[in-house]
Amino acid sequence: MTNPTGWKPSMEQDARPGPGLDGAPGAGGATRGLVHEEQLLFERGSTGRCGVSLPKVPPGQEPKDLPKELVREGVDGLPEISELEVIRHFTRISSWNHGIDTGFYPLGSCTMKYNPKSSEALARLPGFANVHPLAPAELCQGALELMWHLERALSEIAGLDATALSPAAGAHGELCGLMVIRAHHESKGNPRRRVLLPDTAHGTNPASAALNGYEVQQLASNPDGRLHPEAVRAAMTEDVAAIMLTNPNTLGIFETHIREIADIVHAKGGLVYADGANMNALLGVARPGDMGVDVIQYNLHKTFATPHGGGGPGSGPVAVKASLAPFLPLPVVVKEGDAYRLVTDPRERPRSVGRLREFWGNFAMFVRAWALIREYGPEGVAQTGKLAVLNANYVRARLAGTFNLPYETDSLHEVVFDDKLQKANGVTTMDVAKRLIDHGFHPPTIYFPLVVAGALMIEPTETESKETLDRFVAAMQAIAEEAKADPDALHAAPTRPFRARLDETRAARKPVLRWRPGMKVE
Amino acid sequence: MEIPEDLRYTREHEWARTKGTRIVVGITDFAQDQLGDVVYVELPDVGDPVKKGESFGVVESTKAVSELFAPISGKVVEVNDPLSDAPESINEDPYEEGWMIAIEPSDPKELDALLDAKAYRAFVEEQE
Repeated sequence: MTNPTGWKPSMEQDARPGPGLDGAPGAGGATRGLVHEEQLLFERGSTGRCGVSLPKVPPGQEPKDLPKELVREGVDGLPEISELEVIRHFTRISSWNHGIDTGFYPLGSCTMKYNPKSSEALARLPGFANVHPLAPAELCQGALELMWHLERALSEIAGLDATALSPAAGAHGELCGLMVIRAHHESKGNPRRRVLLPDTAHGTNPASAALNGYEVQQLASNPDGRLHPEAVRAAMTEDVAAIMLTNPNTLGIFETHIREIADIVHAKGGLVYADGANMNALLGVARPGDMGVDVIQYNLHKTFATPHGGGGPGSGPVAVKASLAPFLPLPVVVKEGDAYRLVTDPRERPRSVGRLREFWGNFAMFVRAWALIREYGPEGVAQTGKLAVLNANYVRARLAGTFNLPYETDSLHEVVFDDKLQKANGVTTMDVAKRLIDHGFHPPTIYFPLVVAGALMIEPTETESKETLDRFVAAMQAIAEEAKADPDALHAAPTRPFRARLDETRAARKPVLRWRPGMKVE
Repeated sequence: MEIPEDLRYTREHEWARTKGTRIVVGITDFAQDQLGDVVYVELPDVGDPVKKGESFGVVESTKAVSELFAPISGKVVEVNDPLSDAPESINEDPYEEGWMIAIEPSDPKELDALLDAKAYRAFVEEQE
């Protein structure tokens, strides 16, 4: 498969629009259907009802040696319900959920894309799923071979030389990358003091730097949304350990000056860390290593379609230049002749930053990612990047003018609008986001990045079809019209879900985190 | 939008009021309006040093988490503790009830470098 949406230009004429464009349901097909109100398990059932038959205590195993006060006949406060009630309870609650398998989920910066079920099926093969983490290498050669191939592929896609697979998620990968950078500087006798960050950085970037004992210095982006070499040159000294960049950045804009910025940083002995959160935009088309990047983390759960949110866990492999490879965390897989071996002994890699994760990393994620890379092949991987960019720009082109674009600069895989045009009628980004729910779409990321007031950050990803994007655009246009005609109606949105607008302020100021018997909901 | 004449302002939207030998600090009406409903505020302890332009705390709303930047260097001599239970004061009364900390400045002259009401108003209008 070379095209993740299954789309070809010849299909343009024949596309069927689907429900909702005639106005009755939401543009995304949302109606209020057979959705059930559902009590807590504790609030239903009747005294003495039991959904399971527990075996009797076998003779001779009575707890006779335990003191009497420690033996109880029953447990107070457990739900007393039948099996069917339990099944309906959880099935109904599961139907309240929204996920990528339910509908469009354009959460900018998060890359909520569809995970092919083939990856899932392969990760569940018994040979992968049941391999014991302490199995000796000769009994898990297949698993090690897969890790070795994935390591090679991720290194190649990044344009770098070696990759550590074990970090458990994006921020963990950042932490690992900064530890490697610090170890590199320490090996030269001076860990240095500062890390440079543009003002569009993800919040995890300064945290990763600070956790490694670095001071963070923020650099202002230019009005075109890019970091310019002058800003870096002015801040760059031999005290700077690294610059952390996301490319494309959080505005979805490609940092065109990255090569020059990397040269400025390298000239003073600093390193370039790229946050790989937005790798989906570059996949198979451009390589961070070729841009002068020394270290990058992947978010397999964004870019290589392993579970993201809810299901997790994530996976954040870190790719580096050859000169930094000795510092990577253990374990690493090596190939010796035809056999594969895990390097776990620090004596074999004395400069390693150590171990960052129990066992060998989130192995099932490696299977899913490798399955995706193999299914798409090099052409399909490149097509991912291209389609992610095309889809975001399609939404951008169709909504430009309807919603304000705070940055005119071309964007890649995501587009940031704001609520400037709607504010004249008192309608905010929050109202727009809530009304999208009525149409049947998950809202985009809102109020982020912080450099844009009232940001609406849309990332369709490559897996959505043009028909879905058209429906989303129709919903956004309908909302913009409504903002002019009936702004008050938007303040009340959403009205279709069986919970209307929730009081998020009260939930945050006065959180109630625990149910207690007799509790009344205000 | 309210911008009292007698206060000084930072470009990060904090205000500073001279009260005797102390400088009282909070965030502006514009800042609270941009943030939306404030749900949490994290402030330093009495006795902590603060440095002009560096972070002294965090304010969190339903939209975003933002750092608070000290308008002047010195030592924290009083903290508005009731804010931790009633962060809504920051929205309702940013210049009085919603004050955050009082600083004993190490160099009161640092205040002169801050914006006056007129300059801050121009800065905000430019932001919008």
